[in-house]
Amino acid sequence: MIRPFGWPEFLFLLQSAGWTLVLTLVASLLGGVLAMAIAIARVSSNRALREASRVYIGIIQGIPVLMVLFLSYYGLAQAGFELPPIVAASMALSIYASAYLGDIWRGAIQSVHVQQWEASASLALTRAQQYRHVILPQSVKIALPPTVGFLVQLVKNTSIVSIVSVIELTRAGQLVNNVTFEPFKVFITVALIYLAICYPMSRFSRYLEGKTGVYLDS
Amino acid sequence: MAFDLQFAPVLDQSPALIRAFWLTIKLSFAAIVLGGTVGLVAASLRVMMKRRFRVIIDFYVETIRNTPFLVQLYIIFFGLPSLGLRMPALYAGLLAMVINLGAYSAEIFRAGIDATHRSQIEAGLSLSLTRTQVFLHIVLKPAVAKVWPSLASQFILTMLASSVCSFISVQELSGESATIQSLTFRSFEVYIVASLLYLALALVLKVLLTLLGHYLFAQRSPRRHGSSRRAAEKGVPS
Amino acid sequence: MSILTVENVRKRFGDNEVLKGVSMNVERGQVIALLGRSGSGKSTLLRCLNGLEVIDGGRIEISGHTMDYEPTKLRALRKDVGIVFQSYNLFPHLSVAQNIMLAPRLVKGMSEKDNRRVAEQVLSRIGLLDKIDAYPDKLSGGQQQRVAIARALAMDPRVMLFDEVTSALDPELTEEVLAVIEQLARDGMTMVLVTHEMNFARRVASTIVFMHEGKIWETGEPEAMFDNPRTAEFRTFASRNVK
Repeated sequence: MIRPFGWPEFLFLLQSAGWTLVLTLVASLLGGVLAMAIAIARVSSNRALREASRVYIGIIQGIPVLMVLFLSYYGLAQAGFELPPIVAASMALSIYASAYLGDIWRGAIQSVHVQQWEASASLALTRAQQYRHVILPQSVKIALPPTVGFLVQLVKNTSIVSIVSVIELTRAGQLVNNVTFEPFKVFITVALIYLAICYPMSRFSRYLEGKTGVYLDS
Repeated sequence: MAFDLQFAPVLDQSPALIRAFWLTIKLSFAAIVLGGTVGLVAASLRVMMKRRFRVIIDFYVETIRNTPFLVQLYIIFFGLPSLGLRMPALYAGLLAMVINLGAYSAEIFRAGIDATHRSQIEAGLSLSLTRTQVFLHIVLKPAVAKVWPSLASQFILTMLASSVCSFISVQELSGESATIQSLTFRSFEVYIVASLLYLALALVLKVLLTLLGHYLFAQRSPRRHGSSRRAAEKGVPS
Repeated sequence: MSILTVENVRKRFGDNEVLKGVSMNVERGQVIALLGRSGSGKSTLLRCLNGLEVIDGGRIEISGHTMDYEPTKLRALRKDVGIVFQSYNLFPHLSVAQNIMLAPRLVKGMSEKDNRRVAEQVLSRIGLLDKIDAYPDKLSGGQQQRVAIARALAMDPRVMLFDEVTSALDPELTEEVLAVIEQLARDGMTMVLVTHEMNFARRVASTIVFMHEGKIWETGEPEAMFDNPRTAEFRTFASRNVK
C-alpha cells in the first residue's frame, strides 16, 4: 500500500536522525580515546610504537569505511562473534574515526614548535609533564578546526551503516521511499536534515580556523 | 571454529574479483579526471565572474560537502527517474562521483587561489596583462601546485568512495565481494582480500599522483619535515 | 673546585664534526663568554652542557652531575642548570606567573604559597613584577626574554646558560636584558654566555673563550685578550665585531 509522504514519515526521518547523532557521538568518543593513544604513539621515541601507529593509520585510511564495517559485522560473525548491527556499526565507525583523528592530532602535536619541547625539557619536566602542561594544551588549539571538520565527515559516513540495517537517517529514507515511492521528495528531505546538522558544524570549523590562524596540511 | 581461514573459495572467484577491481579502477579514474575538471572550472568561474557565479557555486559546494555521498547517489539513481531521467546504475554512480568530487575539489582549488599573494596579482596587472591572463598564468598554476597534496588526498578518498556505488548494485570491488561472500560464506577472507586490493590501489594512486605532481610542477618539496617532527619523533631533546 | 668540567668533548652532526675535542674548567662564580663566528661550535657546546645535544665523545660534569642521558639523571642535572634561549620559548598559553611557577611545582613539588613567593622574588629581580599575570603575547621581546630569565632562575640553578639571548632583540630592548644579566653576574651566579655583544662580554665576563672551527682557539681575561690578541683568528674576529 502506497502512502503519501507526510508528517508521520517526516517525523520518522527526524527520529532516525537522532540515531545518526548517537552513532556519531559514540564513534567520536570511543574513536577519540583511541585516537589520542595513536597520536602519541605516532610521535613516540619508541620506534615500534611509531611504526605500529603509522601502519594502523595507513591501513584504515587506505580502505573504504564500508570494508571496515563489513569486517566488523560479517567478518566477526564468521569468527563466532555475532554482534548486533548497531554495535558492529559503532565499532566500525570508532575504528574509522580513531585513525583519522589520530592522524589529525599527530599533525597538531608536531605543529608545536620544537623549542617548546626544549624549553620544557630544560626545566627538568618529565615527558608526561611536557605533554600534559606544555605540548597538548597548545596542540588542542591547532587541532580544533580540523577535528570539527572531521566530525562533519563522521556524521555523513554514518549513512554507510544503513547497509547492515541500522535505522539511521539514510536507512529511514530508504524505508520511507519504499512505502511512498516519492524518492525525490524523500531523499531531498533527508539531504536537508543532514544539511541542518552538518552545515552549522562546517561553519563553526571555518570560524575556528579563522581564530587560530593556523591551517593544518592534510 | 573462530580462525579457520580458507582463502581458496575466495581465490576461486578471482576472475570475478579482478573484473570488479578493474571496474573500480576505471570508475575511479573517470571520476577523478572529470570531477577534478569540474572543480577547476567551478573555482575559476567563481573567481573570474564573481557576481554571477559565486552564489551558485558556493551553494553547490556547501550542499554537496554537507550531505552524505550515499544520499546524493540515491537522489540521482532513484530520484531522477521520477523526473523522467533514467540511467544505468554505473552511470548514475559515475555522475554522483563527478558531482561530489567537483564540489570538494572546487573548494580545494578555491583555497589555493585565495592564498595567492595580492602582490603577485598587482605585479601582473602592472605589466598590463588582462585579468584573465593574470589568472591563467600567474595565479592558477602556483595555486594548483600548492594544493596538489590536498587534491591527491581527495582523489584517493573519491576512489574509496566508489565502494558506495555497490549500494545501487554496481558490481565494482565492494559489490562483487558482497556477492562472493553470499556464495562462499567466507566473509573474513573475501573482505580481507578486497581490503588489500583497495590498499594496493590507494598506494599506487598516491605514488602516481606524487609523480604527476613532480612532473607538472617541478616541485621544490615543501620543507615540512622541520625539526619539530624529527625532534618529536626522536623523543625530543632529552 | 670546578663547578663545570668539560673534557675532550666531541660532537658530530652527520659527517660534520662540530666539536673537535673541547676542554675547559669553570669555577664557581665565574662568567664565561663563549665567542666565535657562526659555525665555530659555540652554541653547540652550550647546548651540550644541559644535554640538549648528545656528545659523541668526552665527558661533561656540571654542578656535581656527570652528563648521563638516562632520563632521571638528566632531569636531576637540569634542575641545577638553567638555560635561556635566543627565542625566549615562553609557554604562550600560560601567564607569566604560570610560566615561572610550572617547573617548581611539577619538578620540585613546591607549595603554592612558596612558589608564588619565589615567582614574585625573581620577577622583582628582573623588574617585571607588575606583569606577573600578563600573557607573553602582550609583552615586548625584551620583557619576554627577561621573563625567560626569571623562569630559569625560579628553579634556583647553580649554573645559568645563555644562548645568544639578545640576538633576536631590537637594540633598544637589548640593554634591559643585558642589565639583568650583569646584575646576576654581580650577585655571583656562575654563567656561560654565547653572545655577540663584545663590549658586554669585555665588561662582564671573567673569562673569554674564543672558539674556531670546533676547537677552543684562545682563552683568557677580557682586557688581556682584547688588547693583545695572541692568535690571528681572534684578532680578525675582534676587530670585525668590537665597535
